[in-house]
Amino acid sequence: MIFGLEFPPIQNIVEWPNIFGPADSWYGFNKIALINIVALAVTSILFILGMKRQLVPKGAQNLVESTVAFIDDGIIKQTIGEGGLGYLPFLTSLFFFILICNLFEIIPFFHMPANARMAGPAVLALITWGYFIVVGIKHQGPGHYFKGALFPPGVPKALYILVTPIELISTFIVRPFSLAVRLFANMLAGHILLVTFSVLCATLWVLSALVVVLPFSFFMLVALTGFELLVAFLQAYIFTILAAVYIGGALHPEH
Amino acid sequence: MSVLATVAQEVAQAATTDKATGQAIAGAQGAGLAYGLAAIGPGIGIGYLVGQSVQAMARQPEAAGMVRTTMFLGIAFTEALALIGFVVFILLKFV
Repeated sequence: MIFGLEFPPIQNIVEWPNIFGPADSWYGFNKIALINIVALAVTSILFILGMKRQLVPKGAQNLVESTVAFIDDGIIKQTIGEGGLGYLPFLTSLFFFILICNLFEIIPFFHMPANARMAGPAVLALITWGYFIVVGIKHQGPGHYFKGALFPPGVPKALYILVTPIELISTFIVRPFSLAVRLFANMLAGHILLVTFSVLCATLWVLSALVVVLPFSFFMLVALTGFELLVAFLQAYIFTILAAVYIGGALHPEH
Repeated sequence: MSVLATVAQEVAQAATTDKATGQAIAGAQGAGLAYGLAAIGPGIGIGYLVGQSVQAMARQPEAAGMVRTTMFLGIAFTEALALIGFVVFILLKFV
């Protein structure tokens, strides 16, 4: 508590009560679940709208086609290579889902990124983890894939005592963990930043003398909202590009 | 002497009742220190990385797309350290 500024406890800014049903029930449905359902619905609708094949795209088809072109040129061609077009649907749905979940951070009356709870990013990271392992096993065969991943070629035999545990930890444990933590911590940090400046604005409004500072604080709130829009796009992009890099690594073994 | 004894007793009592507060203060201090230290390395790293990428893009504008993708990848890996520091901050401060 500084100058009458009381920051709410962390439970109050990330935990939401159930919309229906008693607390702690297995069918409880809160704001996070609602946002996830909306993101799923919007992603599916965008896919259906993108299936229209007019020669001159209009409206939603335009949006979908430019996003798909962006993911194709900016992510797949740079990381997987020419043969990676088969992974476009997975990466596109990943990108749209994460982007829409993140965008709810700055949409009025929601103001909560669904990815600021660990469960969502953890599930997405586990799906990506399973996906790249399955791709590796399917394209190289289980023995060859795990041999290439754990015993990288071109290393002196004695060094495998050191290299193999490091590769095991960094490829199969740290990768999903860092994917999930990166998305979660970025969105939680942005959410706490916005809450801090909102609380500051509300407190300065009632304090009589310090009200001169209010415009600066409000300007910071508006500027940070724009910054969080950028972060929402950037985190969806980074999650997708890292998924593409991991798939590309499983697809093309090191020589 | 008796006054000193009373003062010592009161201080001891205050120390036992304020143990939880003391722990909270220590946690907050540790949290601030954890995040501050975790931000130093990634700050230097990302600055260096983006600076070099801008130089590369200025020297060879036709390779800008490839450099940008690699730059974002490098930022993502470097930034993870600072974000783990942020998670430690949350754990120490609030949990």
